[in-house]
Formats: sequence, structure tokens, C-alpha cells
Amino acid sequence: MNSRLDPRRWLHYLLAPLDGPLTLLILILVGYAAVVMVSASPERLGTLALNTAVAFSVMWIAAKTPPSRMMSAALPLYAIGVLLLIAVALFGDVSKGARRWLNIGVTRIQPSELLKIAMPLTLAWYFQSREGMLRARDFFIAAGLLLLPVGLIAKQPDLGTSILVAASGFYVLFFAGLTWRLILPVAVVGIVGIGAIVAMGDTICQPGVDWPGLREYQKHRVCTLLDPTSDPLGKGFHIIQSTIAIGSGGVFGKGWGKGTQTHLDFLPERHTDFIFAVLTEEFGLAGALFLVVVYILLIFRGLFIAAGAPTLFSRLLAGALTLIFFTYAFVNMGMVSGILPVVGVPLPFVSYGGTALVTLCLGVGMLMSIQRHRRRVGT
Amino acid sequence: MTVMRTPEQELARFRGRLAVAGVVALLCFGLLAARFFYLQVMRYDYYSTRAEDNRISLVPIVPNRGLITDRHGTVLARNYSAYTLEITPSRVADLDATIEELSTLVDIQPKDRRRLKKLMDESKSFESLPIRNRLSDEEVARFIAQRYRFPGVELKARLFRDYPMGSFASHVIGYIGRINDRDLERIEESDDSANYRGTDHIGKSGLEKSYERDLHGITGFEEVEVDSGGRAVRLLRRTPAIPGNNVVLTLDLKLQEIVEKAFGNRRGALVAIEPSTGGVLALVSTPSFDPNLFVDGIAPQDWDQLNTDQDKPLLNRAIYSAYPPGSTFKPFMALGALTTGKRTPGQTLADPGYFNYGGHRFMDDKVGGHGGVDMYKSIVVSCNTYYYVLANDMGIESIANFMRPLGFGQRSGIDLPGEAEGVLPSPEWKKRRFKRPEQQKWFGGETISVGIGQGYNAYTPLQMAQALGAVVNNGVLYRPHIARHVVDAKTGEKRTIEPEPLRTIPFKQSHIDLIKRAMVGVNKAGTGSRAFAGAPYEVGGKTGTAQVYSLKGGKYVEGRVAERLRDHSWFIAFAPADKPVIALAVLVENGGFGAQSAAPIARQALDYYLLGKVPAGIAAEDPAAEESAE
Repeated sequence: MNSRLDPRRWLHYLLAPLDGPLTLLILILVGYAAVVMVSASPERLGTLALNTAVAFSVMWIAAKTPPSRMMSAALPLYAIGVLLLIAVALFGDVSKGARRWLNIGVTRIQPSELLKIAMPLTLAWYFQSREGMLRARDFFIAAGLLLLPVGLIAKQPDLGTSILVAASGFYVLFFAGLTWRLILPVAVVGIVGIGAIVAMGDTICQPGVDWPGLREYQKHRVCTLLDPTSDPLGKGFHIIQSTIAIGSGGVFGKGWGKGTQTHLDFLPERHTDFIFAVLTEEFGLAGALFLVVVYILLIFRGLFIAAGAPTLFSRLLAGALTLIFFTYAFVNMGMVSGILPVVGVPLPFVSYGGTALVTLCLGVGMLMSIQRHRRRVGT
Repeated sequence: MTVMRTPEQELARFRGRLAVAGVVALLCFGLLAARFFYLQVMRYDYYSTRAEDNRISLVPIVPNRGLITDRHGTVLARNYSAYTLEITPSRVADLDATIEELSTLVDIQPKDRRRLKKLMDESKSFESLPIRNRLSDEEVARFIAQRYRFPGVELKARLFRDYPMGSFASHVIGYIGRINDRDLERIEESDDSANYRGTDHIGKSGLEKSYERDLHGITGFEEVEVDSGGRAVRLLRRTPAIPGNNVVLTLDLKLQEIVEKAFGNRRGALVAIEPSTGGVLALVSTPSFDPNLFVDGIAPQDWDQLNTDQDKPLLNRAIYSAYPPGSTFKPFMALGALTTGKRTPGQTLADPGYFNYGGHRFMDDKVGGHGGVDMYKSIVVSCNTYYYVLANDMGIESIANFMRPLGFGQRSGIDLPGEAEGVLPSPEWKKRRFKRPEQQKWFGGETISVGIGQGYNAYTPLQMAQALGAVVNNGVLYRPHIARHVVDAKTGEKRTIEPEPLRTIPFKQSHIDLIKRAMVGVNKAGTGSRAFAGAPYEVGGKTGTAQVYSLKGGKYVEGRVAERLRDHSWFIAFAPADKPVIALAVLVENGGFGAQSAAPIARQALDYYLLGKVPAGIAAEDPAAEESAE
């Protein structure tokens, strides 16, 4: 009776599933987010605390869940996700010209969010089930599993999310041993293609030029990136203002709460996708590099966990999850600083937004579980 | 790739790929770091100058909301300017003490405090919220003199919405209210956030809601140079707001007023439409409410009163309540019988006063029956037996298939929010409606009740008016609409809401003529003859009585039944008979027989609309004049 109430035992129970380095890094990021939020949008601190509490609970539960249990949940989650996406395509609510939401009576859900985790989980499960007898054919099947939801999400249209889901699946294929003979040519074509677009920006951004496979608004985003001044009051406004915010921050920033871009309302979505601009305006290059270093530590901790993971499933999952964190961070900072087009990707663990935070913490919890269970499964 | 590898080789390759991933990640972050270095160190001077120059702030100018007027130009919703005292809770140290002090300068009622509390719950603390509206000049002067004592409290000149007709047509006009979180979500979704900067009211119900887009207008902007503290120093450029469009209705307010007064204290609804366009001439639901109560946040006790009133004044009975149509369903049944070939006009039934089906005796109103009944007579005397037998002969599927194109049991698509579907009974509907298999089965006896408009039948007064309109318009069914034009407030340019024919039902002219003739007969020699005695125009009609309470075996004696359990009274009518310009449906809740309470209301409406006759007790002049004289 007495020992049950012993606070030390409780503390141990609470902390045991968590991985020390990961927990520390996430706390630093969320703390950083709170500090920036005090300046950017103080009235949201309460909700931020609530979101964080929910996300940490999810992380804790995931960390306690053994990888074998995750593996058995993979296919059902994937199937539910794809069915919901089909339901969205058929009955979804249209908002801002895109069909992304499904109204289920009580609330509206965005099924594409589920796929961000279900996708790597399912592919890792698939390769685990084929372990030892892997053939080229399996990569085609895996690619099929990947492209079905990616296609559905891209059709909504939601280019940002479809790229994230596609990337999460591609990482599994990459770690499972997809041949370089396929990866390298695609990478080369991609780099050359981007180079060509940048070089010929003036010609192909003329009005009336249709880009095969892309919608008008997607073309517009790319063109705005190439020349933000072409649309200074519309979409280009965001990029121009956030670049000014970053640049005017200098080495040590303007000081906490003293960002003029932030406080004179020049920064759009300053608490969500563009929070990085607030941070760099007020804390400067030093603040930005500090954040980058934290992300690098987070990613290397993740890769380290992947390297030590005992089964193929947990290796692939850990590797892919880690690279997803990388992708979020890189794409967000890239778009805010004007080197990538603006797609709706949050800054991981820092941007305000409950759904993304929960999804990311779920991923971290899974990494923790893989690390904690590394010795229990026989090798 | 098909080469088998040992687990060790596999692991080595995996770790190799992890290393590649790590290197790529480092490279990408390096690229970002380089970009930051470029922006923040190499181009720091350029960007910090641009940030310094970035002192231009955009201040929204809220557009005037459009007016709503009836078809003759009587104003139903307008704006006026007044001073309001607003408080920003986050900038006030002690809210209660501040309000206490304010109340020594301006009159602040407990009601105002409660409303502020409610608004605070619904909004964010940095928003400025009204504590007192419509300050008198004296109060304004007193506050200005003491203004320095109240940081966080501001005096603002604002436009207020006003509904000069009070509770008349309130269900149609609806009301505006402060934007709440749900509205905000909707605004963000439709990408209207920029246009709603500075706006704090939005249409919540009725036309104010359905024509929000037109009424709101386009927000203008002032470009202002601000100092480093964000205060405006100089006006640079001004993009004026574009005022909201005015909405002109098909509604005739006088007709609306006559009908609302004719209802008196009774609960009910009337919908009158122009059959050849679908334009709504009157849409009444009684009791109604004063929309002015809602404009600046309704006081809690007013809200409770409206919500708990058992007469449900907030309910728009004309489009949201569905009732069994009773005998007003019979003309439609008769047309169905002719169209499907189940009956010829001359086919006669010998009515014994009842119809036996499955061991149950369905009774006629008249003991001993109506004798020989053909189709014409069946409508004029409203013979139940004729329709019991007809419903049984047609079958439920055939009835439902005939009624569906007339709009029964479907939303009409009227330009008002919150329309109900009603129920067009069919075996398929029953399957969807009920869960247990024994409840899902359709019984033949249920078809018999449907034939006289009872049973599961449930239609809104709007649906009845729309269906009647389609029949007297030779089968062309229009989407009902209340707005006639949307008028640009500046240029006066009109955008007409075009009448929209939804479908043309191929009726035979001779069939429609027979139904119309029989309905004229109802008002000459049948159940409607008393209400329409001496009418100088030819009018078709049909009475109806919807059972609220089923008396087991006993005879219905109105006086003995509690008021709320009395039958609902229906009347549908169109006039003039040869070329109808108006079709209407009236329902009086618990009004007893249709001829008794509903038909006289229809008579008053038609007398006004066709003859310009105004009943005693209502000013013949514009009702606005009467209102403002008070």
C-alpha cells in the first residue's frame, strides 16, 4: 500500500518508457516554441499548453507500445486511411477549393494526416513480412501501396501533404535497399529540372502558359518563389515579408518581443507556418542556428536508434520516421527563407497546431519504443 | 537485387544507407545555414533598411451593409450610426472596478454587464467588446471629458443594424449577430478573412444569412504610416470600401402584414407564391420575434424567454415544420389517378360511408356516405372513401413516384437557410427511417391513410404552396425564391434573380383543368364556400385537417379535446382560376377544421392581393409610416 503511493515509484513508472536524449530535445523545442509564442501570439499559450499535454500523452502511450503491436496495427490503419481518403474524394467537404475534409457528424477529420504515420508503418511491415525472400517485385508492390494514397491526396488537391506522405514511403523503400540505379537517375533529373525552371523562370511564368500535371495555383506558387515581386500584395507578400524579417534579424536578432515585422502585422500566419520568421527576426542567426543544431541532434539520435534496432521492421520504421522530421524541418525553414515554394508544412514541434504536434509526438513515441525494446526481441 | 544476402550483409547495407541519409541531412541543413548567413549577415544592411521602411500599416474600412427592401421598396433592414462604448478586457487591469467607475458617467444596466460577460466567453481577450451601445450625446460628452481615466475603454462611432418593421417578416429577414468562433471558421474556410477584417457582425439567420455575401460588401483599406510604436502618423492612401448590395424581395410587406395580423395569437404559417416565377409573395410564421434583440448580442433573459416559450417563436414553421396535409392532398391524389390512368373523371364510386381493408373499417366524415361520387364531387365534398379506394388501387409506390416530382418530401431550394425535408412516405423511406426489421415493413393499411393525406405524410407549408403552384402553372415547377434583385448600392445596377424552372411535369391539360375546376367548386359549393362567399374573383381551394391526436374509436368533438391536441387546420388556394397569379398554403396549428380557421386567412390574403382590399384595423398606407408615427 505504502510503496504504491511512493512518489519515486510513480516517477519511475512515468519516465521509464521515455528516451532521455529525445525527451530532452523535444522539451527544448517545445520550450523554444513557448518563448516565441509569448512574443508572436500570447493569447494562444493556454491552447499550446493543452496541445502539448495531449501530444505528450500520445507520445508516452506510443513509447509504451511494443513494436510488435505497432506492426499488427499497420495494415488496418493503412486500410482505414485509404478508405477514408476515398470517402473524402466522394463525399468530402470542399474548403478553399480543395476537398480535404470528411464530415463525420460530430467533427471533421482530415484523413491525409493519418497516412503520414500509417504509410511508413505499412511499408515497414510489408518488408518485414518479406524478409529473407525480397525480390525486385516487392519494390513494385510497395510502390503501389505508396502511390495509391499519394495519388488520392494529390487529387484533393493537397500537394504539400502528398509530398510528405510520398517522402515518408520513399524513405522506407530507400532503407529497404532500393537500388541506386533507380534513385540516382531520378535525383539527377530532379536537380536538372529544378535548375531548368530557375533558369527559364521568366519565360514559363508568363500568363497563359500551362504546366502539364500542375494546377494553376501550384504554378503560381513556384513562379512567386522565383520572383516574389511579381505579386507583392498577394502570395509574394508572404515570402517578401518573411525574408525581410529574417534578414533584418542580423546575427543576434532584434530581441525578444521587439520584432517589428512581427508586431506591426507584416508577417502572415506568424504563429503557424511562418513562426520561424518570428524566431529569426527576434533571435537572429544565433537563434536560427541553435534551432538547426537541435534538429540535427534529434535526427542523429533517430538515426542512431535505427542503427541499433533489432528487427527489419523497427529499423525501417525508425529510419523513415527520423527522415520525416528532417523533411518537415527542412521544407518549412526552406520555404520561410525563400528557397522552397510555400507548401503548408509546419516547423516540427514549434509551429502552433494540435494535429501536427500530435502526429509528430506519435512518431517520437514510436522511436522511443523501438529504442526501449531493442534488447527484448531476440537477435 | 534478387541476390540473397546474409543478415549481416543486410545490416551493413542498412547502416550504409543511414550514413548516406545523415550526410544528405547535414548537407541540406548546411544549405539552410548558408541561406541564413546570406540573408542575415551579407545582406543585413539591405533587409534592416527595408524593415525600417516597413512602416506602412493597413487599416480596414468596414463597408456599409446592404439594405433589404420588399418589392415596393419598403425598408426591412437598414443601418444607422451611433456611438458605442467599447472595452478591451486584456488592456484593463480590473474589469469590474472599471465598469463600476464607468457607470458613474454612463448608464450601465445589469443587462449590459451580463451581455458583456457572455461576449467575453465567446471572444478573445484582445478584442474590443461593446459595454454600452447607442450612447446619448450627453453621455458621449461626459465620457470624453473623463477619457484619460479609462485606458482600454474607447468610444467608437459605429453603424448599427436596425429592423424598422420589428417582428414583421422576422423569419424571412433573419438577423445579424456578432461573429463567433464557428462563423470565424467558416470565414477562414471560404478565404474571406481579409474581407472580414474589421467586421464584427455577420448574418445569422434568414436572408441576412443566405445573402451575406451580397449584403456585406467589400472592405476597404487605409494605408497609414506608423511610428515604431505602431501608432498612425500619416494617411498615405485610401481604398474606399465598397458598400454591400441591397437586396430587393419579391415579398409584398403589406400582404405579409395582413396575414400576420389575421393570424392573431394563433400559431401557424402561410406561404404565398407566384406560380409563374416561384417568387414568394408572403412567408409568414407566427408567433414571430423582434430581430432587433439579436443585433448586439441578445440579453440572456430575452434569449431564455424566446427559447422556453412553448409557442416556439424562433421556429420558422413555414419552411421548417412539416405537418400531414390532410385533405389538401386529395387534389394531388386525383391528378395522380388521372395521370397514371387509374381513374377517368367520370368513373363513379358508390360511397357507403366506409372502406373495409384488412379487418379495419376506414370511416368517411359523413355517416352513411356521399352516395355516387365521381372525381369532381370527391374533391368538392372531400370524400374520404373515394381516396381510400383510390390509394389502394394505385399502391404506395405509384403514389410516391407521382408525388416526388411535385417537390413533396424534398427541400425546395428556397433562398433561406434551415429548410426541412418533410416526409414523402414510401416503403423505401420506411426502410431508411426505422431500424428494427419488423418496423421496416410497409403495410397495405398504411397506404389507405396516405391517400387522404394522413399517416406518415408530412410536408412544410412551403412544399404545399410550391406543389400547388406547379399544378396550376401547368406542370412547370419553379424553385421558390424571396430575393428578386440584388442592387449595387453605388451604381444602382440590378442583378435579377432569374426564376428557375426546376422541371416540367408532363400533365395533360384536360386533367389540370378538371382539378382546377373541382377546386373552384370547393369554394362555390363545397367546404370552402362559407369563407369565400361573395368573392368577386374565381378562386380554387381545398380545405384540410391534419390529425394531431388519434381518438381510439371515439368521435372527435372539438370542444372536448385539449387545445394543443386539436387538429391542425389547412387551406390551399389559387386565384384567379383562369390565370393564377398567386398560389398559397395556410396552416393554423390546432385550428380545427380547415374551413373554419385557415380558409378565412386565405380569403383576406387574396382580397388584398387581387383587389387591394385592406381589412379594418390595418392602415391602408405604407406600414412604415404607421410604425414611425408611434
